[in-house]
Amino acid sequence: MIREKTKRAICGILALCGMLTVLSGCHGSKGLKPFALPDTFDETKPFSITFWAKNDTNKTQTEIYQQAIDGFESLYPNITVNIRLYTNYGDIYNDVITNISTGTTPNVCITYPDHIATYLTGTNIVAPLDDLFADEAYGLGGSQLRFDGVTQQEIVPKFLEECAIDGVHYAIPFMRSTEACYVNKTYVEALGYTLPDTLTWDFIWEVSEAAMAKGEDGNFLINGQNVLIPFIYKSTDNMMIQMLQQLDGGYSTEDGEILLFNDTTKSLLYTIAEHGETRAFSTFKISSYPANFLNAGQCIFAIDSTAGATWMGTDAPLSDISEDKLVDFETAVLPVPQFDPEHPQMISQGPSVCVFNKTDPQEVLASWLFAQYLLTDEIQLSYAQTEGYIPVTTKAQNSSAYQEYLSHSGEDNTTHYEVKIQASQLLLDHIEDTFVTPVFNGSASLRDAAGQLIENVVKSVRRGEAVDEGYMSDLYDDVISLYRLDQIGETASGKADLGPLPVTAVVLLASLGVVWCLMLLYLVWQRIKRKKSK
Amino acid sequence: MKKCLALILSVCTMALMLVGCNSTTSSSAAVSSSAAADTDVKSEGVMTYEEYVAAELDSQVVIETYVQAKQSWWEDKATVYTQDKDGAYFLYDMACSQEDYEKLTPGTKIKVTGYKAEWSGEVEIVDATFEILEGNYIAEPIDVTDMLGKDELIDYQNQFVSFTGMTVEDSGDGAAFLYSWDGSGSDGDDLYFNVSVDGQTYVFTVESYLCDNTTDVYQAVKNLKVGDVVDMEGFLYWYEGVNPHITSLTVK
Repeated sequence: MIREKTKRAICGILALCGMLTVLSGCHGSKGLKPFALPDTFDETKPFSITFWAKNDTNKTQTEIYQQAIDGFESLYPNITVNIRLYTNYGDIYNDVITNISTGTTPNVCITYPDHIATYLTGTNIVAPLDDLFADEAYGLGGSQLRFDGVTQQEIVPKFLEECAIDGVHYAIPFMRSTEACYVNKTYVEALGYTLPDTLTWDFIWEVSEAAMAKGEDGNFLINGQNVLIPFIYKSTDNMMIQMLQQLDGGYSTEDGEILLFNDTTKSLLYTIAEHGETRAFSTFKISSYPANFLNAGQCIFAIDSTAGATWMGTDAPLSDISEDKLVDFETAVLPVPQFDPEHPQMISQGPSVCVFNKTDPQEVLASWLFAQYLLTDEIQLSYAQTEGYIPVTTKAQNSSAYQEYLSHSGEDNTTHYEVKIQASQLLLDHIEDTFVTPVFNGSASLRDAAGQLIENVVKSVRRGEAVDEGYMSDLYDDVISLYRLDQIGETASGKADLGPLPVTAVVLLASLGVVWCLMLLYLVWQRIKRKKSK
Repeated sequence: MKKCLALILSVCTMALMLVGCNSTTSSSAAVSSSAAADTDVKSEGVMTYEEYVAAELDSQVVIETYVQAKQSWWEDKATVYTQDKDGAYFLYDMACSQEDYEKLTPGTKIKVTGYKAEWSGEVEIVDATFEILEGNYIAEPIDVTDMLGKDELIDYQNQFVSFTGMTVEDSGDGAAFLYSWDGSGSDGDDLYFNVSVDGQTYVFTVESYLCDNTTDVYQAVKNLKVGDVVDMEGFLYWYEGVNPHITSLTVK
C-alpha cells in the first residue's frame, strides 16, 4: 500500500544523498555553464520540456495539471510539455538525483527547498531565478508574456522567501499548506472539556489520557469500542520541529549546524514516551492514517496536513474505511497545539517549482514560462480548491472567485466541504505565524531524523523498553549515525579529511603506475625499433 | 606484450574499483544446518502459529516460516510474504542485505525474530532479523471465495489463497481497473480493480512492487473488461478490510 512506497522513498533519499555527494565530490563537478538569459524567446523553434509533478493521489489534481498544460501549449504552440506524475516528494527527489548524474533532469519540477539544497551540490544544475524574475519581457508580469502573469509583488512574500537559498531564489511557490489538528469535538465535550480557540500541548495530553478510561466490558467509555488512540500525529518530523520552534529549543542554524540533539528535545521525548506508553498517543508509521481512526470514532486529535482535509470528518468526500465504520461527530479544525497560545507558530509546507538548467538557454526560458504559468489565477484557484491548500499569490487570494469559493463553505460535501475550507482558512488567518526550517545540504536528512526520534521512542515504550538517560544517549547516537548527520558539515564544505589511503589502495595505485610506465617504455621501444629498421 | 599489459592494466583497474566501492562488508545470513526440514516441527524457543496469533501486539515474536514471495528490498530492508503449514506471516521492512535477499527464493525456510504489529488491520512482523535454515515449503493456495464477507476470512490473513468465478465490476466511468486507487496514477503504479461474488464487491490490488508492469498478472488486469469472470491467486493482505495482492489472474 501507500505506506511501503512512502517509506521506501524516504530510505532512498538517504542513499541517493550519499551518492550525489560522492559524485559531486569525485568528478570535479564540471557540470553545466551558468544559465544566461537570452534577449528574446525563440518562438519558431520547437521545445519539448518535461514536468515532474506531484499529486496527493488525487485525480482532480492530475486533471488540473493536464488542463494547465493544454492551456499553456495553446498559448505557446512551439512548446510541448510532457508530464510525469508522482504521488510523493520523496520519489521525485530520488529520481532527480539519479538523473542529475546522467544529465537527464526534468525541465520543471515540483519540489521542496530542502531538496533543492541537495540538487545544488551539482554545478549549475538548478537555474537561479532572480534574473528571470526581473526580466522586463519574460519575467514576473513581463510585457512579452502571452498570459496574465503575476508580478513579484503579487506573490506572498513569506512564501517566496521560502524559495531562496543563500539569498538566491531557486524556486517559486506553487501551493501552500500547514498542519491542522482535526478534532472530534463531540468526544472532547463528552469528556467534560471545552475546546479552546488555540490548543495547547497540555490540553491535548490531558484530554487524551482522560479518554483512555475503560468500562467493565473492556471497551473505551468514550466510544464504546475496543480501539482508541486519542492522539495520532501523521508527520512526526513536523511534530518535533514545531515543538522545538515553539520552545526556541534549537533545531539547526541557518548555516547547517545541527542543534536537534539537545536537552529540550530529550525533555519532549520523555513527555511523548509517557503518552506513548499509555497508548494515548501514536503515529502514522506505527498505527496508520489519522483520518481512518478519526472517522471511525477511534481518535480524538488527528494532526495531518491541511492538504489532507478532504479525508477528515464524518462527511469527508474521501475515505479509506467502509461506510459501516463511519461514526457521526462534529469536526473542529484548529491550529496545531502550542506551548504559547498567544504566539502560535506552525510549519509552512507545500509544493514549490524549480527550473533545471540545460545547455540550451532557450529551453530554460521555455521552462520558466511554463513554471510562471502555474501561478496564474485559473490554475492557482482550481488547484487550491482540491484540498486545504491556499493560493500563493495575493492576486488569486483576493480574487472575487476565491472569496466566493470560501464564502460557500459547508454548502456541499464536495467542492465546498466545510472541513477543507476551514483548513484553508486556518492558514489564511495564520500566514504570518508560519515558519520553515533552514535549508542546507543535509537538511532533508535532519528533518527525517527529527521524526525518527519520536518514532523510536514510541515504539520502545510500547515494547516495554525502559526510556531513560542511557536509552536517550544511545538513541541520539543511532539516529545521528542512521542519517549520517555527523557527515553533513564535512560534505557541505567539501574538505572532509578522509585519512590516509589504505595499504591495498596504495599497492594498487603503485601497480597502475608501474603498468603505465611499462606501456610507455614499450611504445618508446617500438618507435626506436621502427626507426632502426628504416 | 600489448595484450599482456592491457590485461594487467584492466585487472589492476578492476581491483582498484573493487577496493574503492566495497568499503563495507556485506553481512551474510548464517545458513543454519538445522536438520528440521519437516514443516510441522518448530525449533526450541520458536513459536507455533497458534502462539504467534495469541501473542500481544508489540511483543517480541520468534517464528520459523517459509518464503512464498518477495515484495521489495531497499536500503537493507526486505518485505516478504511467508507462510508455514499452519498460517502466514507478513514480514515488513525486515533487516536484510541485498546478498541475503537474493537467497530468499520461494520455499526458503527462515527463522525470524521481530515484533508483532498491526497497521490498518494488517498484522505483521516489524523490526525483524532472520537467519536461513534448511528446509523448503511452498504453500498450495486455499480457495477462500466462499469466505469473502465472513468474519473467519481474517484467519487466513496473509496466506496464499485463490478466488474463483468472480466478476469484474466497474471501477468508475466504465473502467475495469484504475492506476492507483482513484485513477490518479499511471502505468507502473498499483492497479486497483473491483470484483464481485454473491452480490458483494471487493477491491483487489496488483501491488506493483510485488508484481510490476512487466508481469503477466499486471498485463492481465490491464486487459480486463467489465463483466469478465475471473479466477485469481494472491496473498490475503489487509488494509482497512481485505485487500488481496493478486499474483495471477485468468479470465474464464
